[in-house]
Amino acid sequence: MSVRDLVGSAEVILCTGSGGVGKTTVAAVLAMEGARQGRKTAVVTIDPARRLADALGLDGLTNEPGRIEGDWTGELYALMLDTKGTFDDLVNKYAETPDQAERILENRFYKNISSALSATQEFMAMEKLYELHVEADFDLVVVDTPPTRNALDFLDAPGTLTRFLDHPLYKVIMAPTRGIMRAASIAAQAFLRTVSRVVGSEVIEDAIAFFQAFQGMEDGFRNRARHVDALLSDAVTHFVLVASPRRDTLEEAAYFAEALADADIAVSALIVNRMHPRFAPSLAEAARERADTLAGSAIGDHYANLADFQLIASREEDHLEALVGKVADAEIVRVPFLRTDVHDLAGLEALATYVVTG
Amino acid sequence: MDPATFFAASRVVIVAGKGGVGKTTVTAALARAAARQGRRALIVEVEGKSGLANMFGADDLGYDEITLADADEAAGTADIRARTLTSDEAMLEYLESHGMSRVAKRLVSSGAIDTLATAAPGIKDILVLGKVKALERADEGTFIVLDAPAAGHAITFLRAARGLLDAVRVGPIHNQAVEVMELLTDAERCQVVLVTLPEETPVNELVETAFNLEDQVGVALGPVVVNGLYPARPGLDQDPATAAAQAGVTLREGEAEALAAAADFRRHRVQLQTEQVARLADQLPLPQLRLPFLFGAELGPAEVDLLAATLVDQLAALEGVA
Repeated sequence: MSVRDLVGSAEVILCTGSGGVGKTTVAAVLAMEGARQGRKTAVVTIDPARRLADALGLDGLTNEPGRIEGDWTGELYALMLDTKGTFDDLVNKYAETPDQAERILENRFYKNISSALSATQEFMAMEKLYELHVEADFDLVVVDTPPTRNALDFLDAPGTLTRFLDHPLYKVIMAPTRGIMRAASIAAQAFLRTVSRVVGSEVIEDAIAFFQAFQGMEDGFRNRARHVDALLSDAVTHFVLVASPRRDTLEEAAYFAEALADADIAVSALIVNRMHPRFAPSLAEAARERADTLAGSAIGDHYANLADFQLIASREEDHLEALVGKVADAEIVRVPFLRTDVHDLAGLEALATYVVTG
Repeated sequence: MDPATFFAASRVVIVAGKGGVGKTTVTAALARAAARQGRRALIVEVEGKSGLANMFGADDLGYDEITLADADEAAGTADIRARTLTSDEAMLEYLESHGMSRVAKRLVSSGAIDTLATAAPGIKDILVLGKVKALERADEGTFIVLDAPAAGHAITFLRAARGLLDAVRVGPIHNQAVEVMELLTDAERCQVVLVTLPEETPVNELVETAFNLEDQVGVALGPVVVNGLYPARPGLDQDPATAAAQAGVTLREGEAEALAAAADFRRHRVQLQTEQVARLADQLPLPQLRLPFLFGAELGPAEVDLLAATLVDQLAALEGVA
């Protein structure tokens, strides 16, 4: 499927890839194309450096969709994920009473997991995606996934918190109030003491208070996580792998592709960003030879320059070949490294012609 | 400045920058440069990436130190070693060395270690940095180069100690956090070298990261490294057809256009790079070390050597500050 058709038919697009490859920019370009095709589109960025805000010429992206006006028949909205804000909303939604919500929101352990934990960021990104897709009724939601240390953490994210609730330590902490045999409780107490020796008892007390406050909300959270999970593996969700043509980032991209394949997820498109242009069909060697013969003259510099670009263009194509085999069914799009940088809507439009038409 | 001064100024250099700017390359080049100055170097890798070992023609790194390059007394160069540091291994080692091996085994076998990491985020980072501190204490003659996690993570990583001081107020982890803070805030023991590309977004992020690190961590910032500058080719200012005529060279069909397009591309990029380097200098009062873009795109020992030599030259050219 061409990228144009992909953007026209998918309901969710997840842009994955390692940091620094232009994921955010690609996500913005895809969303803009969605709006061009008349769809109501949202693009979600996670990156705290506000790269998308730069690219879209917006200063203040917030956690709620902000409309971007432009030359399209559909609608384009952008938002920047506020992890803690999204988590707070979820707590408010599932708390049985305002008092329960407040106890959780003020707990120090909750503050830690809702702001400083990277799995939470990924979970909330997927949560936001679900919210926009199901509740806010967007035709297309494009998500720029967080730069994870481990390839596919975000896929796993909805399950992270629920698994956390199923963790033995949680059961240990809750055991006394759940009427499990007294023997288990004694073992639990001993275990908690050993843990306290390492991190200090305050951390444990905070955790216990959190889990106690959380009681009764687990089912709501588990259900929600199941729905989010189901959306990620639904046929309306597509994955776009973004890479840059350097050997190390392509190796990482290959690793991503393998991890996706292991999870039975097809990559719909591979977008290789910033490929050096090829200025002539000849090989680098011929230009280099002339540069050497003519060294010291202006025309020698010209040949040397041509040889530089011919060399890197061939190397990039070589590196790319290894990856292409791993994403056999994906549309491969080579986006040239442009002579200027992209930092406004006009720049995104220029890039879109390459991304969409290939 | 005398390059030796730089390599003697701090025992730990943390290399940080956003993904894709060449952090690992700079880590390798700094270690090589230190070794060229006769300073023993140890590279510490925390994300389990394989690229680094390849740059020295070696295979993968592990938790056990390996030697990437031997010392050469005749040439006056010292050796380069490397290892990875993972939080799980650092945690085990830490607990075992503090007489808590039974707790350690229990924490790992029950999976409680992950829950602990959730209860007190930053605990893993603190253990890794704690181990770096232990390495520094164990051998003060070694120049340790730490390839830090990518930008956003780098701040979280380095801020972990301060965050934990609030969250965990007693116990061994607290003590560890105190000692890590001492290391990070002592310019004679530790400094951060930030890496960027000469492009708008990476420069913005570098400036932001620099101020955040100073404000939130209090760590000393060394020179910044601007990576990937296209080397100058002055002849490109001349039109290729004219230049060819002057040299008595006949161009083939279409060749003048190809040469002109390539020259136009490079001139535009060089101009952008120059603007960004100037903007960085304007916004961040730190000395800059500039490394060339390598069109060959294969980083092996020869390229690392070349970049190391460039770093040494650039350090020598810096004025004043140590």
